[in-house]
Amino acid sequence: MSPLSCYLLVAALLFAVGLAGALTRRNAILVLIGIELMLNAANLNLIAFWRYGPHPEALTGLMFAVFSIAVAAAEAAVGLGLVISIYRHLRTVDLDEISRMKG
Amino acid sequence: MVIFAILAPLTVAGGLAAVMLRNTVHCALAVAVAFAGLALLFLQLNAQFAGFAQILVYVGAVAILVVFAILLTRSSETPATGVFSKTWLTGLVIAAAVFAVLAWAVLGSRTALPHEQIEPQIAVAQIGYALMGRYVLPLEIVAVLLTASMIGAVIVAMYEKGGAK
Repeated sequence: MSPLSCYLLVAALLFAVGLAGALTRRNAILVLIGIELMLNAANLNLIAFWRYGPHPEALTGLMFAVFSIAVAAAEAAVGLGLVISIYRHLRTVDLDEISRMKG
Repeated sequence: MVIFAILAPLTVAGGLAAVMLRNTVHCALAVAVAFAGLALLFLQLNAQFAGFAQILVYVGAVAILVVFAILLTRSSETPATGVFSKTWLTGLVIAAAVFAVLAWAVLGSRTALPHEQIEPQIAVAQIGYALMGRYVLPLEIVAVLLTASMIGAVIVAMYEKGGAK
């Protein structure tokens, strides 16, 4: 098995773990953690393809991963701000109890 | 490959612990381990810049942000009703199905994937030139996005004047 398929399998496993976390946990913060894990798995794919691709000197995959890290940081900041705001309104971050969209 | 065989299980174990542990603070620490493992995998792939960016952004900032959010929302104590949602079985089945499809696609395309290449030697100066040249427009857009998201996060999480508290 080539190293690239090993990296791709690890990224697929991490993505599935993140997806399972996002779909099964009750705490909104842990759902966000699951989403972050999925984003990171995608980054690992981008970098693995850049490293083993035919033209690594073009830096395409590396740049994509760096921009993706920046966008994920913005997403985490806004997401956690929303979680704190929801907690202030409803006194809970349990997603099974948050069933209305009216503030 | 030896380093990969150490790092990959560590990263996946960190991710698994992050979604399975009952204590939320332990989950945040486990996800920090997973992020650090990913950063080391990036270094192993000769992507030094992305690896150190990952350490700075994820292990440094996002993990701290998550811990702050956990403490601010007092979700560090385990709820009596359990930590998994009512529909956890459906979520688990969907995740397993997604992994099965991804693994099937990767294993099915083994022969088509590119083989061992020479290690790319990328200096940080080259990345700097690329960021200021070909990728200058995305860089500016990311700068605007980060500013907007910072202001947005502060406004969303700010106490309203004379509000509920």
